[in-house]
Amino acid sequence: MIEIRGVGKQFVLHNQGGIVLPVIQGADISVCRGECVALVGASGAGKSTLMRMIWGNYRCDEGSIRVAGVEISGAEPRQVLDLRGKSMGYVSQFLRLIPRVPTRQIVAEPLLAAGMNEAAAFARAEAMLARLNIPERLWSLSPTTFSGGEQQRLNIARGFILDLPVLLLDEPTASLDAVSCAVVLDLVCEAKARGAAILGIFHDAAARDSVCDREIDMTRFTPARRVA
Amino acid sequence: MTPLLKVEALSKHYGRHLGCGDVNFTLWPGEVMGIVGESGSGKSTLLNCLAGHLAPDTGRVIFETRAHGPRDTVTMTEPERRWLARTEWAFVHQNPRDGLRMGVSAGGNVGERLMAVGARHYGEIRAQAEDWLGRVEIDPTRIDERPRAFSGGMRQRLQIARNLVTGPRLALMDEPTGGLDVSVQARLLDLLRGLVRRLGLSAVIVTHDLAVVRLLADRLMVMKDGRVVEEGLTDQVLDDPQHAYTQLLVSSVLQV
Repeated sequence: MIEIRGVGKQFVLHNQGGIVLPVIQGADISVCRGECVALVGASGAGKSTLMRMIWGNYRCDEGSIRVAGVEISGAEPRQVLDLRGKSMGYVSQFLRLIPRVPTRQIVAEPLLAAGMNEAAAFARAEAMLARLNIPERLWSLSPTTFSGGEQQRLNIARGFILDLPVLLLDEPTASLDAVSCAVVLDLVCEAKARGAAILGIFHDAAARDSVCDREIDMTRFTPARRVA
Repeated sequence: MTPLLKVEALSKHYGRHLGCGDVNFTLWPGEVMGIVGESGSGKSTLLNCLAGHLAPDTGRVIFETRAHGPRDTVTMTEPERRWLARTEWAFVHQNPRDGLRMGVSAGGNVGERLMAVGARHYGEIRAQAEDWLGRVEIDPTRIDERPRAFSGGMRQRLQIARNLVTGPRLALMDEPTGGLDVSVQARLLDLLRGLVRRLGLSAVIVTHDLAVVRLLADRLMVMKDGRVVEEGLTDQVLDDPQHAYTQLLVSSVLQV
């Protein structure tokens, strides 16, 4: 479901003397249905960068990235957006807040965008919030004032609310307590069982070992640093 | 699917000074495009060329009309263009004074646009105006008050109601949140976001506020000195800017 071939990426900092930072070189990775693959490697090895390139908010400089049969590299904005709505989910470490929008609405939004009616979408969103131990009194509030862990769980709720065939998880269990962490790992296992292809970054080794089928060391694809 | 708007090699000069040069893009139904850039970058010139307020020197603006299919709005007659402006386009000015009739009641402002497209039944016009005031979160009991009595945020919402009441397919917005308090801005953004999605509206939004485009726009065009220097998926342009100017723009935003 995720096919990465010969992918390379460098950042050019035009306003800082035109420094060129090569980050990834020659990456080949594939993730099949029902498989959870972990990206490992030290900070700066390009794990999150690769995730963002698959999600499409980082540009792919060279090589090919195919998700559910669609080429991401060089795709039109609407193709990427269509893929995000129908096939690909991304749980990042940070929740991008929209002023005034209540928690329940934030979680239900992917369902509404997929055409589900409001009553059914809200019911499903509430079930997901309850499962992730978000207290009911918070559901009608905007998450602006929520704790880091609560915002993180909201991100997870949003990412798992649709049964998407491809999931990208960037540290989904960071800043979560043991109980919530277990719920997230259950969600990951369920997604695998229904055939989702999952690529994840898990700093917690125990969490990684419990859900991932194999690991890919990103330092294999890290080019030697040089200053142009 | 056919594109709603196709802009080809559009250029506009003010004397020898370039307003905007060689702009090309295709806007699809339901797509929201943001245009960012500093003052004088040509973004408002471009928007006004799209709306027919300014005549471009060269280029074509092909709009997919409901009645006659694709038509070049640059070469069509003024009456044809005015008709499109009343029926299929919405234009939201930065200053609501430019888009409203300040001496006419709120209901009149909304109803006027309906009458311009042939509505004649007073009760129906008033009912529709009330409905739209509610949708933009203006208390419908204030329907007979004039916009002078409204706050800046309310005036802007009234301008949006006036524009959207006739069911346009393309909304052109020039700094719709400019000059508003941040709390009022947030409310307006949330409202616009909901309306655009619910109505399946296509929109071109000119702004210098990157947070606004992040929230509203699917794709983004960055302009500098009249030229498009970068374009693409909104979060890609903002998170991984390629052009020196875009990098400067993104890194210049103050963190709160």
